[in-house]
Amino acid sequence: MKKNRSTSSGFRAFFAVIWRNPLSRIGFIILLVFLLMAIFGPLFIPTLKSNYAARLQPPSAGHWLGTDMAGKDVGLQLILGSRDVLLVAAYAASFAILFACVIGIVSGLRGGMVDEALMLFTNVVLTTPSFPMTMILSMVIRTTNPLVFGLLLSLWSWAGLAKAIRSQVLNLKHREFIEASRIMGISQFNIILHDVVPNIVSYIAVNFISIMKNSITASVGLMILGLAPYQGNHWGIMINVAISQTGALLGSGSMTYFLAPVTCLMLFQLGSYFFATGLDEALNPRLRS
Amino acid sequence: MTLVTVFFAMVVMFLVIQNMPGDPVETLAAEISRTENLEITLATQKAISILNYDPNVPTMERLFKYVGGILSGNLGDSLVYRKPVLTLVMGALPWTLLVLTISLSLSFTVGVLMGIFIAWKRSRWLNSALTVWQSIFGSIPEYIVAYLMVFVFAVTLGWLPSRAPYSATVTPGPNWTFISSVINHAILPVMSYFITTVASWTIGMRANALSVLGEDYVAYAQARGLSQKRILISYVGRNSILPMITSLAVSFGFMFGGSPLIENLFLYPGVGYYLNQALSRRDYPLMQGMYFIMIVVVVLSGFLAEKIYAVLNPRLRER
Repeated sequence: MKKNRSTSSGFRAFFAVIWRNPLSRIGFIILLVFLLMAIFGPLFIPTLKSNYAARLQPPSAGHWLGTDMAGKDVGLQLILGSRDVLLVAAYAASFAILFACVIGIVSGLRGGMVDEALMLFTNVVLTTPSFPMTMILSMVIRTTNPLVFGLLLSLWSWAGLAKAIRSQVLNLKHREFIEASRIMGISQFNIILHDVVPNIVSYIAVNFISIMKNSITASVGLMILGLAPYQGNHWGIMINVAISQTGALLGSGSMTYFLAPVTCLMLFQLGSYFFATGLDEALNPRLRS
Repeated sequence: MTLVTVFFAMVVMFLVIQNMPGDPVETLAAEISRTENLEITLATQKAISILNYDPNVPTMERLFKYVGGILSGNLGDSLVYRKPVLTLVMGALPWTLLVLTISLSLSFTVGVLMGIFIAWKRSRWLNSALTVWQSIFGSIPEYIVAYLMVFVFAVTLGWLPSRAPYSATVTPGPNWTFISSVINHAILPVMSYFITTVASWTIGMRANALSVLGEDYVAYAQARGLSQKRILISYVGRNSILPMITSLAVSFGFMFGGSPLIENLFLYPGVGYYLNQALSRRDYPLMQGMYFIMIVVVVLSGFLAEKIYAVLNPRLRER
């Protein structure tokens, strides 16, 4: 079941499938724009200075999206914020997938008592509402570091994936190629790395996108509630400030300051959703037509 | 199994909350010694007796005490509201359940009806409308939808109230003005949940109905000349609703998890609103109480969904 094709043709086939599906093509373009914005934006934008003479201005030629309550340019702030948003979400998704893989694979391969104990724990995490628990955890782990913040968001969002990975592993466990590796005396670790992981990688990739999407929702939610410490130009902070300090919802001139991060948030979520629709097909050769 | 889950979740929650930085006793003791000019040791003792919480007692002992308290129906006293947490929970739960059950049943009913209709008609136009709706509203968090609705319907148009569960001028009680005020205030929160969840029910139902429509017994029923209505309701409808029942509990738990944000936005005094209040004011007993009731309600709803499924599914019925 190992891939025989060389990596480069694998990549080309991958993009061909993504590109052929119109929805995932749009999603891919949206995500790519955000990614480029997050990587290169902060390199070209100097630190924003407050300018109290030009507070809460409507959009103009000088400030495309207007200014915020301290006179900073909203558009530039959005671009600076995209790095924080994506970084936190990517860390959260990576941690969650790491937890889910370790627990799912160990529990599936070992079985017995280990399996039962791990699944009991997974079920507890799965049944307790995740956002409120993240709220409580955010009071314990107070941080402005994106890495730690990502870890916080991942702590209660791996359970569903862990369960799914476990059932995939149980499914694979007694297939011929894994039995063969075992009889050949290949170590457990190598079996996991070369036989198990390649078979669940498409599943993991789709979940990476959806966990990332959910952790953006959760991180913005925490910031709106004021539970996460102020952190750079994160879009959640922008929404929080717009609502709590400039009265954006009351129809004041700061409406663009509120709508700009909200629109970006919606676009990103939409992009992830579209991209994920084609991703499964692209990564799983058996699904390709 | 359900009890085990509740118990473990409770212990995990207890340990997490115990490890929060910032000691409530210390905070209150400082306040007492400042306002009443007491010595700090005396103030600390007073704070301990007010809070009924002693930081010097080992965590395990406190855990046993807490579990014992829950078993006898005592959730402790709230530090901020100076009331038993149980009273606050009982006051908050109805509001959350009101909004959640209305929005869940509304989106379930509408979703199921639309799903079966779209599957029956096989209309391409409706199908693509559904896809567009789901990709837009299925991917936006419900609190963003809620903010936009407040902006449009409450602020700009001024049609609906956006704050509090009922207006301050009506007296609570079984009278018509109170009930209509409650309904009026619940519309926006309910709609925010409804808009974001209805499409997934429709899509699930459409898929189920399509697969049932392909079954031989439906073709046979048509061949027998049964009326369309009869086929739709008792053949297609009944069989394709069944798998949806189990998703009800999952969806309910998910919506419950989103309640802190929605209730905070609408200043709706439900469980999520109090949880958020407790967190921002470091009211540990209230925090534990509100989260505990969330776990209990979510686990119970899962249990209930299983029971309903067993009742509705003739194959699981015991003879």
